[in-house]
Amino acid sequence: MLLAVLYTPILIIAIFSFTETKVLGNWTGFSMKLYTNLFSGGMSNSLVSAIKNTIVIALAASTIATVLGSIAAIGIYNMRSKSRQAVTFLNNIPLINPDIITGISLFLLFVALGISQGYTTVILAHVTFCTPYVVLSVMPRLTGMNPNIYEAALDLGATPFQALRKVIIPEIKPGIISGFILSFTLSIDDFAVSLFTKGNIGLETLSTYIYSDARKGGLTPELRPLSTIIFVTVLVLLIIINRRSAKQAKAKV
Amino acid sequence: MNKLIKFLSRRSTWSIPYVVFLMLFVVLPLVLIGVYAFMDYNGNFTIANFVKFVEQPEAIKTFIYSVAVAIITTFLTILLGYPAAYILSNKEYNRSKTMVLLFILPMWVNVLIRTLATVSLFDITGIPLGEGALIFGLTYDFLPFMIYPIYNTMMKIDKSLIEAAQDLGANQLRVFLKVIFPLSIPGVVSGIMMVFLPTISTFAISELLTMNDIRLFGSIIQENIMLSDTMNYGAALSLIMLLIIGITSFFSGSDESEVSHGGII
Repeated sequence: MLLAVLYTPILIIAIFSFTETKVLGNWTGFSMKLYTNLFSGGMSNSLVSAIKNTIVIALAASTIATVLGSIAAIGIYNMRSKSRQAVTFLNNIPLINPDIITGISLFLLFVALGISQGYTTVILAHVTFCTPYVVLSVMPRLTGMNPNIYEAALDLGATPFQALRKVIIPEIKPGIISGFILSFTLSIDDFAVSLFTKGNIGLETLSTYIYSDARKGGLTPELRPLSTIIFVTVLVLLIIINRRSAKQAKAKV
Repeated sequence: MNKLIKFLSRRSTWSIPYVVFLMLFVVLPLVLIGVYAFMDYNGNFTIANFVKFVEQPEAIKTFIYSVAVAIITTFLTILLGYPAAYILSNKEYNRSKTMVLLFILPMWVNVLIRTLATVSLFDITGIPLGEGALIFGLTYDFLPFMIYPIYNTMMKIDKSLIEAAQDLGANQLRVFLKVIFPLSIPGVVSGIMMVFLPTISTFAISELLTMNDIRLFGSIIQENIMLSDTMNYGAALSLIMLLIIGITSFFSGSDESEVSHGGII
């Protein structure tokens, strides 16, 4: 019952992606036109560039966040408990803050420093709210690791950097990967932080594009097939991951 | 040179770049909100921004209204999400976790698109947009954020505690009231954090759902901060928002420690 309510709006979008109407709820006959538009470039240039921006920003921000967060996690893990608590507290601030506060505080920072806002500021802002999640997903891997293996590597003559590459990184890799995926989805999904840090040079991400589009009164029809495709892709990916982990769990038993 | 290499290979040193980053992009910006809030347009110290807030009945009204809407939304998500999380954590449904996935999946659809779909749902059924639509839409948008933390804590409950209660003669209801419910409170608390705070500060969702008719606190902050001559007033409003965040996390923090303390006993 609850599921039905959760999925009705998504279904409506999916159904109406197969018709040409400009307004949702007005069925004008079955058509694949919106889908062909999406792939043949028959849609507005601003939407295309918004999609490109979203992907570029998400890739850049999640890569930087993953590197920064993973290195930081190793550092924090090896700190003394007092300073460790302090850094963990700082790390939690962006997690608790609503998007609007993160966005506004960064907006004020860029204004105060006189930095003109655009691509770089949006990426920096996304790194800010993604990195804590990377730290959080790498940390449990580090605590679950046997510290003696690292010491053993050093005793056997490995330099600290070799030990890092051969011992620590393979051990925390799953955490790094899930941190990256999480950052990527968070960045793609973000709206408020991008809105406050994108400046007024005309930079739009998918979310801010939808927002200004909806404020003008109508939603670009091509967004319906686009969100349907995104949704189905995520659904299929999750089912595959789920099947695989279920199989692995069975194999272990 | 040798000293430098030694310093670099101490692993606790590696957190320094991130600490610097946090200072610059998390702490400093929050301090700036405070600084700008007490500044006038020319950069002089003033409390006029707060006086303006207290004197404007509209701002105060919106503020109280937003808190009320957020409380109702949070309450509704608990009401709907708690039973859902309870059912999901049950063994029979838990075999393949498919049901869990189905509940979390909507989080991956862009929140604005979901909101617009809700708007069209109201259009199709002919229900007018307004307060009801706003609360329905917010509940719909934030429900997964309530279900997931509750489900997580319920999954972590030691099954032997439940069995022990059953062995000692407790019926289903008593097991739920005395074992499952108290142990699931931390999940509810983090769910509240994840629903209540974003709801107060939301602006896009409420604008879309009510055709710009009802404005929440977030809308007012956003309108003011984007214009350079009301930027300081916007900062003052943000500071008030930050205060609420502080209070909420303080209370939920102390709640959590109490619960875990009680759990040990």
